[in-house]
Amino acid sequence: MENLIALLVAAPLLGAAVLLCGGRRLDAVGHWIGTVLAAASFVIGAILFADMLGKGAEEREMTQHLFSWVPVEGFQADVAFQLDQLSMTFVLLISGVGSLIHVYSIGYMEHDERRRRFFGYLNLFLAAMLLLVLADNYLLLYVGWEGVGLASYLLIGFWQHKPSAATAAKKAFLVNRVGDMGLSIAIMLMFAWFGTFAFGPVLEATGETSEGKLTAIGLMLLLAACGKSAQVPLQSWLGDAMEGPTPVSALIHAATMVTAGVYLIVRSGAIFNGAPDAQLAVTVVGAVTLLFGAIVGCAKDDIKKALAGSTMSQIGYMILAAGLGPIGYVFAIMHLVTHGFFKAGLFLGAGSVMHGMNDEVDMRKYGGLRKYMPVTFVTFGLGYLAIIGFPGLSGFFSKDKIIEAAFAKGGTEGWILGGVALLGAAITAYYMTRVMLMTFFGEERWRHAPTPSPAEPSVEPAAETHGEHAEPHPHESPSSMTIPMIVLAFGSVFAGAFFGIGDRFIHWLEPVTDHAHGHPPVSALTVTLSTVAVMVIGVGVAYAQYGRRPVPVAAPRGSLLTRAARRDLLQDDFNHVVLVRGGEHLTRSLVYVDHTLVDGVVNGTAASMGGLSGRLRRLQNGFARSYAVSMFGGAAVLIAATLLMRAV
Amino acid sequence: MSFPLLTATAALPALGAIATAAVPAARRTAAKWLALLVSLATLVLAVVVLVRFEPGGDRYQLTESHAWIADFGVRYELGVDGIGVALIALTALLIPFVILAGWHDADPLETRSSRWRPTQGFFALILAVEAMVILSFEATDVFLFYIFFEAMLIPMYFLIGGFGDRAHAGTDEKAAAQRSYAAVKFLLYNLVGGLIMLAAVIGLYVVAGNFSLQEIAEARANGTLDMATNTERWLFLGFFFAFAVKAPLWPLHTWLPNAMGEATAPVAVLITAVVDKVGTFAMLRFCLQLFPEASKWATPVILVLALISIVYGALLAVGQRDIKRLVAYASISHFGFIIMGIFAMTSQGQSGATLYMVNHGISTAALMLVAGFLISRRGSRLIADYGGVQKVAPVLAGTFLIGSLATLSLPGLAPFVSEFLVLVGTFTRYPVIGIIATFGIVLAALYTLVLYQRTMTGPVKPEVSAMPDLRVRELVVVTPLIALLIFLGVFPKPLTDIVNPAVEHTMSDVQKQDPKPEVEAAK
Amino acid sequence: MNPVNYLYLAALLFTIGATGVLIRRNAIVVFMCVELMLNACNLALVAFSRMHGNLDGQIIAFFTMVVAAAEVVVGLAIIVSLFRSRHSASVDDASLMKL
Repeated sequence: MENLIALLVAAPLLGAAVLLCGGRRLDAVGHWIGTVLAAASFVIGAILFADMLGKGAEEREMTQHLFSWVPVEGFQADVAFQLDQLSMTFVLLISGVGSLIHVYSIGYMEHDERRRRFFGYLNLFLAAMLLLVLADNYLLLYVGWEGVGLASYLLIGFWQHKPSAATAAKKAFLVNRVGDMGLSIAIMLMFAWFGTFAFGPVLEATGETSEGKLTAIGLMLLLAACGKSAQVPLQSWLGDAMEGPTPVSALIHAATMVTAGVYLIVRSGAIFNGAPDAQLAVTVVGAVTLLFGAIVGCAKDDIKKALAGSTMSQIGYMILAAGLGPIGYVFAIMHLVTHGFFKAGLFLGAGSVMHGMNDEVDMRKYGGLRKYMPVTFVTFGLGYLAIIGFPGLSGFFSKDKIIEAAFAKGGTEGWILGGVALLGAAITAYYMTRVMLMTFFGEERWRHAPTPSPAEPSVEPAAETHGEHAEPHPHESPSSMTIPMIVLAFGSVFAGAFFGIGDRFIHWLEPVTDHAHGHPPVSALTVTLSTVAVMVIGVGVAYAQYGRRPVPVAAPRGSLLTRAARRDLLQDDFNHVVLVRGGEHLTRSLVYVDHTLVDGVVNGTAASMGGLSGRLRRLQNGFARSYAVSMFGGAAVLIAATLLMRAV
Repeated sequence: MSFPLLTATAALPALGAIATAAVPAARRTAAKWLALLVSLATLVLAVVVLVRFEPGGDRYQLTESHAWIADFGVRYELGVDGIGVALIALTALLIPFVILAGWHDADPLETRSSRWRPTQGFFALILAVEAMVILSFEATDVFLFYIFFEAMLIPMYFLIGGFGDRAHAGTDEKAAAQRSYAAVKFLLYNLVGGLIMLAAVIGLYVVAGNFSLQEIAEARANGTLDMATNTERWLFLGFFFAFAVKAPLWPLHTWLPNAMGEATAPVAVLITAVVDKVGTFAMLRFCLQLFPEASKWATPVILVLALISIVYGALLAVGQRDIKRLVAYASISHFGFIIMGIFAMTSQGQSGATLYMVNHGISTAALMLVAGFLISRRGSRLIADYGGVQKVAPVLAGTFLIGSLATLSLPGLAPFVSEFLVLVGTFTRYPVIGIIATFGIVLAALYTLVLYQRTMTGPVKPEVSAMPDLRVRELVVVTPLIALLIFLGVFPKPLTDIVNPAVEHTMSDVQKQDPKPEVEAAK
Repeated sequence: MNPVNYLYLAALLFTIGATGVLIRRNAIVVFMCVELMLNACNLALVAFSRMHGNLDGQIIAFFTMVVAAAEVVVGLAIIVSLFRSRHSASVDDASLMKL
């Protein structure tokens, strides 16, 4: 059974290789190859899962050692896999949601001439992501970690002819690299202090080392998580990443890749458990991002960017939970899974809306679409109810647990974190209701404003195939797109109850992550009730603003906070001024220095030699007799010198 | 006496060079095929060397030794250790690709106004460089090494100065002036380094009485040859200076961007992927082995210089407007990593540095040759002249991207393994330097992705709209290199198995041991 | 007779020759002055041979004569071709040999 683990990664990897090297011959069948191999990975995952369920809780971990990767004196890196309950959860989520999104993309990318390549990249992503969660050491995890970064780079920039897409892709990769630096320093620290970076030995050795060292490793891992999971201060790339095709946003930038940071922190739980300071930093990052993302999500008119803000915020919840230690790990993963369902569903819904609306993304030009896209409306609506934590749906169970755990942290911290989490829940309800109302309700604003959308240049092939920039004709998407949406909506509704009731999920993950039951200072029921209450308030406020009043087609100027939030709370401006401009000045002056100073010293030496020889050259005037004089003079001097030496 | 395999490996390209040069002027194509076949035969011999070499055996294998200039104790002594074998294999591997990539670089121009371009000479010079580089990887006699180390400059000078990009045929005068400037600069820098080394070689002879690397190293190790501290330091500096120019290390690097910018892409590959490796190789073999104490004495300064190279090279690469100069500055950054790995004096660092030499050779060759194909299509080296190539030539863009990703050390591709080993090896002994060097990976992502974005993505520029995709010959060049990059990234064990024993020897030369992990040390 | 007198004569001849090389422009005359200097040396060598009582000086004198003869052949040829190309035998006219 263990030997199947490698196949999980191999299947999509094979797909990527075949599709990317296959050339035009495969254009007709490429998307089927990609989808079948993604599904194959899911099937293998399901088989392994069934096998795992048949064993006792303590014997479920499986390992597979493939080969020795980098064997150097003292440094042993292996290509080896480890499949435990935590990895299993991710495998099923990744390959499951991944397969659904492959199916969805068949319809969504139908008119794109580079569809084969798109599926190749998607398969590459699946392979890298599975490698990330299956690796049994940090270095192999790092391979997957950068591999998903690469796939994300390729997919964000899939429409490369759009300069904005290419820039967004580059930005995503660069910001991620800053995070990767954290991961590689963490691995170096582990190697220097523990002599290894395999999960087992490192996590066992945490007991034998000092808290300061664990804090250092923990902070570096946090930096890595911030990059990959778009947490403050490395969150700026996620909004721009929405330049990619919508299935990509659903799979990579909502359901799976961006949650890798949460995986990393939960996987390294033993390190964080021994380093309270690092844990505090994790919770602070989570709490700040939770609010940051939510505020940004409130101000965006671009439906995908609003959802991206929401993703950031929801991952903030997960990071916050992961920072709480054993009382939060399980809930972080649980929220991660349910979020995978409902956020992927929401993105696919957004994609479906865009598909019917000539790729228009501005919600101010939507409105009243529920009549035209009933399936999209229902599935999106269920995802919406799940994310705002409507009682009984999956978001309710997972988010509520996190808020409880935040209060259970204890002391002032607990109150602050819990309060922030509650506030976040209210804002979530607000901005999601806003998205819902602007898109599916209200008057049909697209009728009055045909969409020559400036965001989509005319060279964009999808826009070309969708027809001219006349008034859009909203229509329901083909079944290859709606079926995945229905499946995900199903998950959004029931996953939470399935996991949450009877602590099923806790028992499943406990052997890997540990679990401690947290005791909030107020009763759990109070927390739940207040969560529901703030949710209702958020919905109410949004309804008052966007449901009762017509939505203007042109965005109003807005308050200072709104304007700042539209610009991602000025993070990009800060980056631009400090990093981009500063960097440009630095490189430009260095180029100058290299040319004038470093090169100049050498050239200066050469020039002075040249000057000296130029002066000496004048002696060579070509007159034989003047040469003769110097010869005789020289001879006379020599003789005189010899005589003098004799005399002395 | 057994077959002199090492001599044969070097003699074959040398003879091939003479034969190629002797092909009549009209039979240009025959000369090309001859050169290609010779380089392939050399590759076969190099593979034989690789197979015959036993990783666990003696330090130097396949040795040959003959008296040469008996009066001065100069011997014709050859021998290879794991590091030498790996680099000989790299050299023999890259030369056929260089020849194939430069297939049309030395064809006579249609317009007779420009100078006649001696095709035979071009390929003969490449083979001559190959012969000398291989000999300098093999020589275990200091004087013998010095001869090839210096003689290499002659064919390189002509390759740089005599054969520019066809792209610049239009502005021939100016390009020729820049080219000869670059060639002279290359020659002068390396000659100065070589002369200082010659002084040190003579000094070594005065102290030790012979030139044999093995004898001197042995005598130093068992204490029969004592050097005064100052003497050792001066000799070390003499050797190191020459190698640092060749490598090139900041601030002796400025010849490289000129040379690589003006030379054709295959010659640029020859410079950075093959010839420069002699410099770093010689640091490992001669500096550390002959002057271990002085090496340790100089380590802090050298590490700081290497660190400056890494960051400085990367920053300058970001600021470049010329594709080839950008790759040149990236190489300076990478050579910083190699030198850092060598002088970190840990097993991981030195193994990583050796792997880095091989991997950097392959990755730079891939990137630079594809860049050369790109430049030959458009006739310009300026990044700003390109845009949207991805749309018209997807295969070219794809290979260019893989080359770029290898340059930024993406995990899964070969350079990652070596870069990480170097970083880890440095970090365990010098944490601060290791952490600062890690910034290099962010900068590497910056310059490669900016290059890719500006040339390959965005709207298609009218000038590139008719650009053909890679041809069969070009695919034959690029595909094996990319396959190797992936193979060595996933399974570098064959290479590490060869390199590791050699590194152990070097570590025992400098009498250094790896820092123990703290948990273990505490027990 | 005291052989030292021959040395004085040789020195005198050498000085006359050297002065001639320096002040005359005509290549033929310069050339003859060079020959004069050579023969002054020969005289000195023979005189030394006599003074020291061995044959070394005389042997070297013979060598000098052979070299001088060869030199005359080459030198005269150069002068003749120079004259042919410029219609002048002035050494100052042939001043192109400079950097």
